[in-house]
Amino acid sequence: MEKRELICIQCPMGCPLTVTVHDDGKVTVEGNTCPRGAAYGEKEVTHPTRTVTSTVVLEGGEIARVSVKTASDIPKEKIFDVMAEISRTKRRAPVTLGDIIIKDVAGTGVDVIATKSVPAK
Amino acid sequence: MEYHDIVIIGGGPAGLAAAVSAYDAGCRDVLILERDDRLGGILNQCIHNGFGLHTFKEELTGPEYAERYIEQVKERGIPYKLRSIVADISPEREVLYINSEEGAVTVKAGAVVLAMGCRERPRGALGLPGYRPAGIFTAGTAQRLMNIEGYLVGREVVILGSGDIGLIMARRMTLEGAKVKVVAELMPYSGGLKRNIVQCLDDYGIPLKLSHTVTKIHGKERVTGITISAVDENRRPIPGTEEFYSCDTLLLSCGLLPENELSKSAGVELDRVTGGPEVNDRLETSVPGVFACGNVLHVHDLVDYVSEEASRAGARAAEYASRGEDDGHAYTKLTGRGGVRYTVPQRIDTSKMDERVTVRFRVADVYRGRSIALYYDGKVIKKQKKRVMAPGEMEQIVLTKDSFEGLGVDEITIAVED
Ligand SMILES: Cc1cc2nc3c(=O)[nH]c(=O)nc-3n(C[C@H](O)[C@H](O)[C@H](O)COP(=O)(O)OP(=O)(O)OC[C@H]3O[C@@H](n4cnc5c(N)ncnc54)[C@H](O)[C@@H]3O)c2cc1C
Ligand code: SF4
Repeated sequence: MEKRELICIQCPMGCPLTVTVHDDGKVTVEGNTCPRGAAYGEKEVTHPTRTVTSTVVLEGGEIARVSVKTASDIPKEKIFDVMAEISRTKRRAPVTLGDIIIKDVAGTGVDVIATKSVPAK
Repeated sequence: MEYHDIVIIGGGPAGLAAAVSAYDAGCRDVLILERDDRLGGILNQCIHNGFGLHTFKEELTGPEYAERYIEQVKERGIPYKLRSIVADISPEREVLYINSEEGAVTVKAGAVVLAMGCRERPRGALGLPGYRPAGIFTAGTAQRLMNIEGYLVGREVVILGSGDIGLIMARRMTLEGAKVKVVAELMPYSGGLKRNIVQCLDDYGIPLKLSHTVTKIHGKERVTGITISAVDENRRPIPGTEEFYSCDTLLLSCGLLPENELSKSAGVELDRVTGGPEVNDRLETSVPGVFACGNVLHVHDLVDYVSEEASRAGARAAEYASRGEDDGHAYTKLTGRGGVRYTVPQRIDTSKMDERVTVRFRVADVYRGRSIALYYDGKVIKKQKKRVMAPGEMEQIVLTKDSFEGLGVDEITIAVED
């Protein structure tokens, strides 16, 4: 049996979790306020994931960058691969919130989408 | 002079939520004044996720969260003026704003909602020694430069202060290819949310040095390095503990201050601890008909609480605008004691209050396994056990109207206890 003390990062409440990996491989989570915390605790000790947020260069827009995010979380070890592809990407305004900016980023099966609407200048 | 039932100063999440709830409470004459060129406030530059889980049951980025409220404002057809800075508010609720189309205009408001947010503690207030080379930014300025304007502000970075913006920027700059060498925090605990330490520093192996401060900035034209030192319990640098880090950029994340120049001109009394207005349970300041919510009232870490607080302020402002002053309030003072630094609200009308009033506060130190105790006139009413409390995280306790039934309470106290 192995016990790990974690902080749930699913929301800014930051609940302190105690995650126990039992000898039979079963995982139990205590200290969470909501079900998301239990899911996070279990995932964090088996295959950790993160949502990546960044910006993409925007041409001809009211502002120079449009903010983006991965539409869902991606494996933690893929963060820098995802960032490399985001950094190479350019887009022309206008952009509407929710637009797909990169399909299947870095082979994760997850899209990168716009989190802001920016009209053309 | 033009008249509006409600004038809202600031179009960030607080101003937007106040406008929507005032409208929904039946007020059809609301005006939002915003100095920036878009609505949404600080959220426009907070591109990270972590907003709105409590309000929308999903995790949004700052701009997405703002957009939801902007939509609600637009759906209701609530008018707003951008690039319009409010320069003065009188105690009679005359609001002076300036923009390039109209010049200087004064409008009379039935009720005013203060929602101006907060600003960062500037470098000057920190008293850092050395020259003034280029490469020193407040973390929020760096965030705007990167996320809105698209500049990478530096390649090798030291961050002073572990407030949330500093932590978020440590990750942001790392992802953009910069090397963040260390985050130094003067206090023995972090000022930021625990989740941000985990996902912004620990994930990337960025060291956090508690009880450390910057003691020297090297470089004349541009920063070339930083010396940090450990500090003793009186926060004085300990000689012999100096460590040098070469870097081209220093980010300062040393706290936020509510933006209350305007509140002062309106004659609003400020709380010495929060730096924001003193308010009653209706979020009304010491000036009748002037309400406050969001970061201008006290600095929040969760935008969900900002929106919730602002909805209450908006509804109460609508009530005031339609009914005018209802005198005959008797207030009981709320105070923090033994580790509770302040409370918002600071006073409460126990006979006319809502059924439930949420009181928010911050504690002075990190406490483990202690309780929050509520006292009426020295008599303990309830105790809530807490696993951990920290200055970086706002706490709350709910007061119910029926708990005051038949008691003439003179003083309400909240304290941290064993
Ligand atoms: C960097 C950072 C990271 C954060 N991260 C999170 C997070 O992960 N999760 C979360 O839930 N919360 C987070 N927060 C907290 C949350 O975003 C804020 O608490 C919230 O935005 C405050 O809203 P507000 O409307 O009070 O202030 P603001 O958003 O600052 O809005 C105030 C508005 O008033 C305007 N204004 C000011 N003075 C005047 C004037 N004189 N005339 C006209 N207009 C004026 C300003 O231009 C601005 O638009 C973060 C905050 C910051 C700063
Ligand atoms: S357990 Fe639930 S409430 Fe607690 S931090 Fe995680 S998501 Fe937030």
